[in-house]
Amino acid sequence: MDSGIIAPKMRWAAWFWASTLASVLPAAEPALPAPVKEKIEFRRHVEPIFKAKCHACHGPAQQMNGLRLDNREAALAGGYSGAVIKPGDSAGSRLIQLVAGLEKGKIMPPAGPRLSPKEVAILRAWIEQGASWPESSTSPPPRAGISHWAFRPPVKPEPPAVRQRSWVRNPVDAFILARLEAEGISPSPEASRTTLIRRLSLDLTGLPPRPQDVAEFLTDNRPDAYERLVDRLLASPHFGEKWARHWLDLAHYADSDGYEKDLPRPHAWRWRHWVIEALNRDMPFDQFTIEQIAGDLLPGATVEQKIATGFHRNTLTNREAGVDRNEARFEQLVSRVNTVGTTWLGLTVGCAQCHDHKYDPITQRDYYQLFAYFDRAEEDEIDAPLPGEIGPYLRALPEYRRKRQELLDRYGIAALQAEWERNLREAAAHPGKRLDWDFQLTSFRAMVDAGEKILNTPPEKRTEKQQRRLSDYFIRNPGPDFSKDKALMGKLKELREQLDKLDAEFPALSQAPVLVENSEPPKTHVYLRGDYRRRGVEVQPQPLTWLLAVREDAAPNRLTLARWLVSRDNPLTARVTVNRLWQELFGRGLVATSEDFGTQGEKPSHPELLDWLAVEFMDRGWSVKQMIRLIVTSATYRQSSEARPELEARDPDNRLLARQSRLRLPAELIRDSALAVSGLLNPEVGGRSIRPPQPADLEKLGYANSVKWPESQGKDRYRRGLYIHFQRTVPYPQLMNFDAPDSNVSCSRRRRSNTPLQALNLLNDPVFFEAAVALADRVLREAPPRQEARLDYAFRLCLARSPSPRERERLTKFLDEQLGWMKADPTAARALYPAAGGSDPSEPAAWVAVSRVLLNLDEFITRE
Amino acid sequence: MTWEEFQRIQTRRSFFRDCACGIGTAAFAHLLGLEGRTLAAILPRDNPLAPRQPHFAPKAKNVIFMFMEGGPSQIDLFDPKPALQKYHGQSLPESMTKDLPLAFIKPTAAVLASPRTFKPAGECGMELSDWLPHLASVADDICLIRSMHTDAFNHHPGQLLLFTGTTQFGRPTLGAWVVYGLGSESQNLPGFVVLTSGVGTSGGATNFSSGFLPSHYQGVLFRSSGDPILYLSNPPGVTRQMQRASLDVLRDLNEERLQATGDVEIASRIAAYELAFRMQMAAPELLDFSDEPTHIREMYGVDKEPTRPFAVNCLLARRLVERGVRFVMLMHASWDDHTELNKKLKKNCDITDRPAAALIKDLKQRGMLDETLVVWGGEFGRTPMAEIRKPEEADNAGRDHHPVAYSMWLAGGGIKGGQVVGKTDELCFKIVEDPIHVHDLQATILHCLGFDHTRLTYRYMGRDFRLTDVSGHVVKKLLA
Repeated sequence: MDSGIIAPKMRWAAWFWASTLASVLPAAEPALPAPVKEKIEFRRHVEPIFKAKCHACHGPAQQMNGLRLDNREAALAGGYSGAVIKPGDSAGSRLIQLVAGLEKGKIMPPAGPRLSPKEVAILRAWIEQGASWPESSTSPPPRAGISHWAFRPPVKPEPPAVRQRSWVRNPVDAFILARLEAEGISPSPEASRTTLIRRLSLDLTGLPPRPQDVAEFLTDNRPDAYERLVDRLLASPHFGEKWARHWLDLAHYADSDGYEKDLPRPHAWRWRHWVIEALNRDMPFDQFTIEQIAGDLLPGATVEQKIATGFHRNTLTNREAGVDRNEARFEQLVSRVNTVGTTWLGLTVGCAQCHDHKYDPITQRDYYQLFAYFDRAEEDEIDAPLPGEIGPYLRALPEYRRKRQELLDRYGIAALQAEWERNLREAAAHPGKRLDWDFQLTSFRAMVDAGEKILNTPPEKRTEKQQRRLSDYFIRNPGPDFSKDKALMGKLKELREQLDKLDAEFPALSQAPVLVENSEPPKTHVYLRGDYRRRGVEVQPQPLTWLLAVREDAAPNRLTLARWLVSRDNPLTARVTVNRLWQELFGRGLVATSEDFGTQGEKPSHPELLDWLAVEFMDRGWSVKQMIRLIVTSATYRQSSEARPELEARDPDNRLLARQSRLRLPAELIRDSALAVSGLLNPEVGGRSIRPPQPADLEKLGYANSVKWPESQGKDRYRRGLYIHFQRTVPYPQLMNFDAPDSNVSCSRRRRSNTPLQALNLLNDPVFFEAAVALADRVLREAPPRQEARLDYAFRLCLARSPSPRERERLTKFLDEQLGWMKADPTAARALYPAAGGSDPSEPAAWVAVSRVLLNLDEFITRE
Repeated sequence: MTWEEFQRIQTRRSFFRDCACGIGTAAFAHLLGLEGRTLAAILPRDNPLAPRQPHFAPKAKNVIFMFMEGGPSQIDLFDPKPALQKYHGQSLPESMTKDLPLAFIKPTAAVLASPRTFKPAGECGMELSDWLPHLASVADDICLIRSMHTDAFNHHPGQLLLFTGTTQFGRPTLGAWVVYGLGSESQNLPGFVVLTSGVGTSGGATNFSSGFLPSHYQGVLFRSSGDPILYLSNPPGVTRQMQRASLDVLRDLNEERLQATGDVEIASRIAAYELAFRMQMAAPELLDFSDEPTHIREMYGVDKEPTRPFAVNCLLARRLVERGVRFVMLMHASWDDHTELNKKLKKNCDITDRPAAALIKDLKQRGMLDETLVVWGGEFGRTPMAEIRKPEEADNAGRDHHPVAYSMWLAGGGIKGGQVVGKTDELCFKIVEDPIHVHDLQATILHCLGFDHTRLTYRYMGRDFRLTDVSGHVVKKLLA
């Protein structure tokens, strides 16, 4: 019901205008016309006014700010700001105040002819007389849009009959072929076996096959050789790594806070570790969902189930000291709701933060009802030990506690900290009294999560962790008074060094960021225009009941939301999930807009297949591995990806799937492939993040030198791309060059761009050059010492196939040319291959040049 | 090999070498021996960086955006407020400060008068601070806005709003929108280049991200030390000759694969590698200032401190625009002077004032200012009240964030120089004339480039998105 003068989202504009307009406009006090005297009849007097002046925005087509004036029940209930009609009290009714222009800067309707004084007088009289509205009006009609295909539950269709039955390996193929036959198109032949094993290895584990794997597969004559290969790859521990990455994109995982300070999150990896393990174990997707949405609320929740809620801890944290804490929390909750909306429902729920969704039947009230589930949760950190951590920890703990306490006592921390705390509490109680303490408090609030709550808890009632969080902060930020005492500051520095040393030696338990339910949940409101300071009517936690109802007696908590998401009757979750599996295996979903199944999303290319897969997924107990197996063993998946010129005009996007697609690998897999074929890869699964070498001054791009990039040492440098520390404001360049998402919002599908920066990256990044050198070494070490055999081996390492005669000829020419140059210029050769030392560097150097070419081939970074 | 074959190969090679990221002639099909295919099957679907026409005749072709990160103090630089002396040291009445968004200070904070002196500059007589003597010398070329306002009062949200039109993440930035709209004139440099100086910005890479636009439109960071573009230099031991030979064999092998698979993405990849090579060749020449005469180097201050870091970027910006780069963004951080304003602001002025003014003069004398839009400013301004974190220290006072009224300046293509637009009240507390929201600024920048900001859209998640979100008006007063 806001005036059009104030554009949406102009947060400060309201304030600005209110004060400016007051000084600019003549201060004529709008008068409120007195109610007319006669008896008002709704149909005759009131409804025509509503129709002419209000229904455009508050009628059957749209209900701005949740208000509709074409229906008794809805009109009396009011909008998101609350009731607008108070029967018997016209002057107190917001409807009257707004149409009469009594609120500064606001008048309804905001455009077009306003209500005449007579009309206002009629409305007043109607309200004064009890706002009677003939009973004939019915309850509000159902929302538009709920009959959209994706909002109706999937029904499993019979696979269609096809003519070329021999082509069909499983029901997936029947759906694809039926459509192709209808179009008069024949499917492509099966891809070569080398292509198949490379495709499968990259799709299922994200790693290229080793030459021995290829050889084994090529000589396996059993009829189920392909299925055996699939099963072996599904059982690989690298399966979880490959498929975790897609999930991490949706959760927008990162290893830093984001925003200005962008502090590292040293424990974020623990949730990633959980995801990899869950996928490797083929945890049923319904369970996978329930644990991540609400693992903490499961009866007798295990530590692992609590860790799963770390999904929601990938929201950004703004630690700019001047931040409004309420706003920061609001933004995090918005992020949680939007991420859940994209990930499970494939809906652009986020549009309804500020207003009813323009295209889908999601109201702003719906939005805040979802929001309410997360409003009741708080952030926490828990001990999350990996196997083998607890023993050493428990053995070392008493000694560690004793030593730490001794140190704190020696420096008299208890008394100093008590004074510091007193000053902080004083600053909180009397802002503006001491400016230096004001600032100290502001920083403290931004930097210590739940800091003020701990501050107001008496020390003896704090948990050990809470007390420690405060002490650790105090010792590093002792506040303005102590900072003037040079001697004391010296002492504190000494103490910090000793504590750091003590911590470095202590086998601490891994920690995990989680969500916990708040025992005293706050009230949730609709926030008008999505502005955290403008509360509308109160709402209770509730899922999108127009999509699927929820039992009246269901607890208003995240567990209910989770179970609702994976209910068999939820029309979206299974469809959205199988569509993403399809997307990863064909480069494009059956619904191309995998993030949007709403009315603005693309229609499915094969609706029956999508529904068949969705129901099959649930029938198979939500097993992700079984669904992947089903899809990759289809004839559809096994087709060649070669272009079909005759279909380019008809089906440029390959929606009909008359062939497979040739897909450039995602950023992480390009790194993984280079490391794998060169033999550098450290295949360790799970665990902490790593920081591979990057240009030294890159971290300076971060705010005020707050970003640090301590390069990983030893074999950690060669871990998979999935484990690269993701620093939100200064992401690792290779990831960004190859279209990794920026991790600030949920990403359902990545782009595949083709840019010169990618070329520079692969040609010249020291990480890739190191791989080229290692690949040269490997070829010279492992292949028979003949040029042709070496070339063949190098090719098989990189592309799982031997070179064609033309390729062999061209590379041989290049190799000979390079050998000649290297012999002629030993200095360049030695620079290229310093490991040669005193021996002749020309041959290995020439092979480095060849290796570098192979690692840059389009085919090398492509899954065919 | 016959002469025809030789010619064919030569033509093909030079073709790949010369074309930018995409390939745009039907002859290509013939050259690759892929006759008989439809055009759509052969051509990469549009070169994303090909120059494109805007909606209407543009005034400016290029943009140089000098982003002064952190929020420069308009009260000490652009908007003289002698009345502050009257209230210096006093708190403002609650009626004024109620609802004022403040990051750090309390509404009771005392007013801080500016110790700066302001003098009329140029024929237009625009009043500028004594710390901007060089800018004063180009006053008749710039349009000073004293009535900017924004919605966010913290740095990262403020920067997101300034560059993407919203405080939400994931949207494309101004530079990305411009290159998406206009493409690039350069055959061997990226269309959107980012240069940094100072200490790093709150927004980091989100200030030049392509958001949901394809990554071709993302800003490419040119660094001031090391390789200007990441991974531009060959690895140790790889000579230029060797790089060329490697690219030749790579191209031949990729062509083999293109023949075998018919996947046009391979043709794009070949072209991308050739562009990468041309970038390697072009960058050293770009960065080599030896062809700049002494008086130009001195005018910018590239050879001495403290101007050097920013001067190098300003001169580089001109050289980039000369070479067809569409959007150059200079980020200088940080102007976030919560404390010690007098010291820190002076330092930043000493670094940036001379080079920024030199850039205007240089562009003008080369006849480039008419087609280059230059923008200078931060994500918000600073309060008339003092922020004091260490009361015991003299000259500790600074100013807090002030999103409600602040200043920026524009110059060049499409802008009417020598004028001041907008007015604030006597305390620079609020705007009293011509409020200009960041969305209006964005709309006006796009207008100068020939775009109707409501029509420069990109469909994503089922909706047409635009830089100005759902608002923004072109500010006619700013236009020539």
